[in-house]
Amino acid sequence: MSALAVTARSARRSHTGALGLGVATLYLSVIVLLPLSAVLVRSLDGGVGAFWDAVSSRQAVAALRFTLLVSLATAAINVAGGTLIAWVLVRDRFPGKRIVNALIDLPFALPTIVAGLVLLTLYGPRSPFGIDLAYTQSAVLLALLFVTLPFVIRSVQPVLIELDREMEEAALSLGARNATIFRRIVLPNLVPAILSGAALAFARAVGEFGSVVLISGNIPFRTQVGSVYVFKLIESDAPVSAAAVSTVLLLVSLAVLLGIRALGHWGARHDR
Amino acid sequence: MTVDRRWQISLRVLALGYLALLLLVPVALIFYRTFEHGVGAVWDSITTPAAIHAFQLTLEVTAIAVPLNTLFGIVMAVALARGEWRGKGLVNAVIDLPFAISPVVIGLSLILVYGTRGWLGGALADAGVQVIFSVPGIVLATIFVSLPFVVREVTPVLKEVGDEQEQAAATLGAGGWTTFRRITLPSIRWGVAYGVVLSVARCIGEFGAVSVVSGKIAGQTETLTLLVEKRFGNFDLAGAYAASALLALIALATLLAMTAIPGRSPDDLRPSGTVSRRRFATRDVRRSIAAPSHRVRRPASTIRRHTTRAHRETDPPRREEGDT
Repeated sequence: MSALAVTARSARRSHTGALGLGVATLYLSVIVLLPLSAVLVRSLDGGVGAFWDAVSSRQAVAALRFTLLVSLATAAINVAGGTLIAWVLVRDRFPGKRIVNALIDLPFALPTIVAGLVLLTLYGPRSPFGIDLAYTQSAVLLALLFVTLPFVIRSVQPVLIELDREMEEAALSLGARNATIFRRIVLPNLVPAILSGAALAFARAVGEFGSVVLISGNIPFRTQVGSVYVFKLIESDAPVSAAAVSTVLLLVSLAVLLGIRALGHWGARHDR
Repeated sequence: MTVDRRWQISLRVLALGYLALLLLVPVALIFYRTFEHGVGAVWDSITTPAAIHAFQLTLEVTAIAVPLNTLFGIVMAVALARGEWRGKGLVNAVIDLPFAISPVVIGLSLILVYGTRGWLGGALADAGVQVIFSVPGIVLATIFVSLPFVVREVTPVLKEVGDEQEQAAATLGAGGWTTFRRITLPSIRWGVAYGVVLSVARCIGEFGAVSVVSGKIAGQTETLTLLVEKRFGNFDLAGAYAASALLALIALATLLAMTAIPGRSPDDLRPSGTVSRRRFATRDVRRSIAAPSHRVRRPASTIRRHTTRAHRETDPPRREEGDT
């Protein structure tokens, strides 16, 4: 059955639909699937032993470990900060709110290398505040917080807008205090959105490169993240080792994607 | 839940303070640093031959990647929203991959296919085509990273609009193309526009994937973002700031375009409103085509199998939630 048969009653339409879908799928395969399968296949070019050596070298383990930890921290801070900002943007009224709301998307629109340079200007050696975080682990965290800012906010905001205020009013009339209302009524409704936003932020943080590359200083065993390590391996002409470490990053991304999808189903089920 | 005044203010200060320190102050500072030595110096450093070439190359690459991904996005979104076919779940998952994968890994993947020792590299080199460390590689990398935007913006809109109008057009004898051009396309136009704006921003701003495959040859394979990095590496801070300010301006223009698109403006985020970002398509259709004032949606499969127009009109209005 063709993709467009729903809308098309005429056979001609469904043929064009099938053709369009075929071309689109081919495009997707050539652009995305072929290169990615090359990473998976070529990571084993040197055999399983070489793959294991590449991903278990001290530097690789340190980089991957730091990447995962700092990404978890990023996601955790986003859960709190993002929910707070979404709350203020939806429930509070203040002048300039529209501008603030539009600015939330800035990290998506701003090139990552510019984000890195911007943060290095403010929190680097020439900082007007005298805060020099350059080439520290906190700097990496800061860069990741910058680029992942919109995820939780943009996933919580619509849910909060659509949230039925009557439930809260009912709880209030029954004598519940604000903390109780938030914990028992608002928060449970937001949890799926918060978690999926956090998962997206985590996935983005694991792969982030542009904003981190300048500010991290790329110090092995301290501030080197996985993606920068892969970049160094490519530059030193070790594509097979780079592919091996990339495979680990790919698997993390895939796991997160599947997690978000499972979360979506779970959220939809609990919606009713 | 009504928060008392004191709490409201402290939450507001906390949220806005976080945003100011993380977003606003850094971005304002970059403009300050850019222009602290005067506008003339900035102009000089963004009009050097290398800078002009970088700007042109960035625009060229964007001009190739965005139309291709828009076309792909619309076709794929229609297929995902309207059709049931084998492998749909898999394709749906694959579309998200470019968002989830590190740009460096994307660059590496292209090297492994098109590089000199890559799967197709040898054959391409024999044919005289160089992909890696050349413009085609940059184009491929840019297409890869910006692929999902249009699909992901248009699919929910199509689902939200429903296919009643299309069915009506079909029963009135409109062909597939006419239905698409007159009914489907107008109802998704703002979704497409939004996806295009996001794609353009990403194409212009892509750094990681492009930096792996470009080879960074000044005047040949250097894009704007690579120019920023190179100038920073060469201790040409003023030059790096100037190019960054240009990119930041493009980003701000993107934000402006995003807010200008109907249904996406912050007006729709009013606390009292019930308009979510995905509803705009419905409103739009209601305005342009005299649609019923209620929204009726049901599983596509039942409609496809046996519903006729007459039958459906006698159906009681019913609203379904959840599958968007």
